[in-house]
Amino acid sequence: MSEAHAYDIVVIGSGAGGGTVAQELAPLVRDGVRILVLEKGPRFADQEFTGRELEMAEALYQDGGAFLTRDGTMTLAFAQAYGGSTVVYTGTSLTAPERVIRDWGIPGLEHADLAARSAKYADQNNVHLLEEPLINDNNRLFVEGGRKAGYRVEQFPVNVKGCRGSSLCNLGCPNQAKQGTNRVQLPRAERAGVEVVTRADVRSISPDRTLRVRIAERPAGAKGAPSEWAPGEHVVQARMVVCAGGAIGSTTLLLRSPLPARLPCLGRGFTCHPALILVAEHPHAITNDVGHPKSYFVDRAEAERFVLETCMYFPFVTAKSLTGFGPSHSAIMRAFPRLQMILILACDHATGMNHIAVDRAGDPVVHYSLTDDTMEGLVRGTRAAARIFFAAGARRVHAPADPPLIEAREAGRLDERIAARHFRPGTVAISAAHLMGGCGMGRAPADSVTDVWGRVHGLPWLRVADASLFPDSLEINPYLTIMAVADRVAEGIRRDVRDLLAAPLEAAHA
Amino acid sequence: MTPSSASPLSSQRDTFRAVAMSVVPETAELDVAQWEEAERIVARAIAARPSRVQRQLALLLRCLEWIPLLLYGHRLSRLDSARRAKFLDSLQTSRLLLVRRGVWGLRTLVLMGYYGRPAAVAAIGYRADPRGWEARR
Repeated sequence: MSEAHAYDIVVIGSGAGGGTVAQELAPLVRDGVRILVLEKGPRFADQEFTGRELEMAEALYQDGGAFLTRDGTMTLAFAQAYGGSTVVYTGTSLTAPERVIRDWGIPGLEHADLAARSAKYADQNNVHLLEEPLINDNNRLFVEGGRKAGYRVEQFPVNVKGCRGSSLCNLGCPNQAKQGTNRVQLPRAERAGVEVVTRADVRSISPDRTLRVRIAERPAGAKGAPSEWAPGEHVVQARMVVCAGGAIGSTTLLLRSPLPARLPCLGRGFTCHPALILVAEHPHAITNDVGHPKSYFVDRAEAERFVLETCMYFPFVTAKSLTGFGPSHSAIMRAFPRLQMILILACDHATGMNHIAVDRAGDPVVHYSLTDDTMEGLVRGTRAAARIFFAAGARRVHAPADPPLIEAREAGRLDERIAARHFRPGTVAISAAHLMGGCGMGRAPADSVTDVWGRVHGLPWLRVADASLFPDSLEINPYLTIMAVADRVAEGIRRDVRDLLAAPLEAAHA
Repeated sequence: MTPSSASPLSSQRDTFRAVAMSVVPETAELDVAQWEEAERIVARAIAARPSRVQRQLALLLRCLEWIPLLLYGHRLSRLDSARRAKFLDSLQTSRLLLVRRGVWGLRTLVLMGYYGRPAAVAAIGYRADPRGWEARR
């Protein structure tokens, strides 16, 4: 027997999108509007963020961070926690490029509007440039090598407060320095009366706006608090529903829901900035596993379809990201204190073949293949990263190449040593964490799933407020733009809420 | 916890260890307790995957064990390290995506088991600490 609940507005997901919407709608609680946030992941206590790699990856990420695309050649990283993926990102907060928003070509979506909203959240979440003494050698070498190699190196604004430089951002900050929605927007929403229920997996949304919700039991010995509701099946009657479970979560939920609307574009337009970690060995030890890991970047998206970012990963992630195996692989791992790392992100485009689907159990299946253009972006980015490493004084670079170790004396032959043939799927560790699309916004059902305010075509009571709305790749780290878009969606809801809540349930279907 | 009898590791431990010694040569130095620790990590990761994936892994390990008999006259777990590495390298660069994927997945499990252990983390000099800069002073 399912337990029944009733709310006016239910927000599904609590990350950059859901957390923002929850905060922005929270003032409605004063007027008697009942708002609920359902989050699939648990709520973690501060002391549970230990920074231990496998333990935290298992606790925070879907499939421990190893969710595979359909053909098994790329892993997708997305978190499930109170705060969603804002718990595990590095806090990098960039405003969407004007060029990208213009190219999206969505009438009514103006760059100036997104920029203004981004500025609001940059201010709210303490986004700023890290002070010089907090920058480690791994980042300094990127700046130095990047400039010597002729690239324009820029500093990432980050949303930290009291960063102690643990370098463990991607495992959840153990010092609560990162200002994700778990630290800023959700607590504000809860103080204003929004309810948040964790470990809540929304299985479907029915045409009568009931949500079938499965509350997971806290496994014995697992991290995270038990759910606020009893484990088992629940039914939630909502008057408005906001999907903010991320590109995969929201798209999958809508795909498995019997919605009374024709949405031919649902699941289409998935992009993800496929990424590769590259490492180089310096002759001496550098500070790399201490300090904020991602402080600088080189943006070559427009001209060359790649972005380079500083990064520093953990032993297992580093090991699996290196090409090959055996003595040369071990030699690089043993050089860990001397390693510099760069993350190469290819700027992909939405294509007809890359999409999100569901299997018979209703679970996500992501179909993704690298196009020639995306592959070229990765190859060019890898060569550029190698140039930066050598310009910074690296002794050798480990890259997809044959053999994978490229010595400094070969720095003049990078175009020859690093070629597309070395990037065959299944031989390089390509991963992605910027998951976008699936519920793209646009004009009409023929080209999109929602309108420019995140309203699902034909279903005014159903909104989307996360990166699934992006009709194409953003070409930068997406979190601030997700918050800006979610802010728009919340504004649209505030505008429509009186009419929608006043209308009888059956009248609001079409 | 040791790998359960249903785990592909329990039935094909020799094959797994042979692969591990090619992927991470340092595993040859692991003692009994250290092997168990690495295999516990791997068994836990396998247990979290769907049963279909577990069956595929078991099949892959069986194929890896016996195919070298046709090529070299010895099972994988009886091959010398040079031929073992050569065999695995040939699979890693196979024309067939399915084969490359399988070897890649197995390699990933080995790396998880080895580098998921605190002793291996310390041995490579990884020192990240929640106290950050303060821990280095």
